[in-house]
Amino acid sequence: MDTFIACHECDVIHHIKTLPSKGTAHCIRCGAVLYKHKTNSLERTLAFTLAGLILFVLANSFPFLGLKIGAQVRETTLITGIHELYVQGMQIIAVLVLITIVLAPLLQMMCLLYVLLPLKFGRLPKMLPRVMRFLEHVLPWSMMEVFMIGILVSVVKLAGMAKIIPGISLYSFLALIFVLAAMIVSLDSHLIWQKWEKAS
Amino acid sequence: MNSGLITARSAGLISCQSCHLLCERGKRSADRICPRCGANLRERKPNSIVRTWALVLAAFIFYIPANVLPITTVISLGKAQSDTIMSGVIYFLHTGMWPIALVIFLASIFIPLIKLLVLIFLLISVQRKSIWRQQDRTRLYRFVEVIGRWSMVDIFVVTILVALVHLGGLATIHAGPGAIFFGAVVVITIIAAMSFDPRLIWDTEEVSHE
Repeated sequence: MDTFIACHECDVIHHIKTLPSKGTAHCIRCGAVLYKHKTNSLERTLAFTLAGLILFVLANSFPFLGLKIGAQVRETTLITGIHELYVQGMQIIAVLVLITIVLAPLLQMMCLLYVLLPLKFGRLPKMLPRVMRFLEHVLPWSMMEVFMIGILVSVVKLAGMAKIIPGISLYSFLALIFVLAAMIVSLDSHLIWQKWEKAS
Repeated sequence: MNSGLITARSAGLISCQSCHLLCERGKRSADRICPRCGANLRERKPNSIVRTWALVLAAFIFYIPANVLPITTVISLGKAQSDTIMSGVIYFLHTGMWPIALVIFLASIFIPLIKLLVLIFLLISVQRKSIWRQQDRTRLYRFVEVIGRWSMVDIFVVTILVALVHLGGLATIHAGPGAIFFGAVVVITIIAAMSFDPRLIWDTEEVSHE
């Protein structure tokens, strides 16, 4: 049954065909994307994952914005913002922010690293099915790109009030958003499952 | 018109939600586990319509306090000023920053509302077994699934403001109770969109063709 795929949006069965380079297969009934051809998916995704992890560490260890009023300067990292919400009695919101811009992106990269690194060197990670299933659940909750718009809005909001000093991690955040997006685009889960089936 | 098409259900197959392997439908429910990835196999998302209705209604209820209660409170030189989502939008309009006003209006007020209305429309049309413009309705669902996450913008803005504006007696910003309800609306609508099964839009067709 590996040569067939059912559309996940309207259930019609399609025969899986080899696509030309950069081709995309759409469902003939509802038009949903069924699968795509991705060049060097494994290597590219792995490269973006590693780059993402480095940027993630940078983005979370330095202040991303500073505020200067008179002689007073206040700098903040992401974690202090979340902590501040927590202290103010907004635990639910603090947890929500922690999940969507810290935990989910991190878990997403860790999962991919666990799966892709051994595959690249011809080995099979033992927990591959479980990790891949977990990844499916984590993906929708990773919201880095939305956070960037949040930064933009806050900067404009505060610009009239005080001087804004962009921090080192602001640039890391910016880069991280593109790297994460590229990582997801280059990921070909169909290929990963094929490799898993062949080996086991 | 779609006589040449076979669905997985009519062929006695189930497509794995997690790894998209087409599996044979086991007779006992215990057999319905994907042989490749181990996920539970389900023909359709379980209780899709009831669950989505419940979540949509819950989100509608939370939508009211989310918009009425203050989302931030600015304490400046001993004076406190509370802002709701809408008053924030109006503030930006008055200060001439209409692109930002537009972003917040779209993300925080328009998207959650349009998302809930579209889901209600899809639910009702599925329950009435409508065969009207199924392809467009599937597109509508896809759209709703994609835009939902952008509502989180305001929550992130509050987080950043609270973290940055903390200048002792000069100015401090606190998150208001509206933020909790608003966060709830965003999360609940995202889960509601996930629990709706777009295949239900097409299921009616098979029944009417047989």
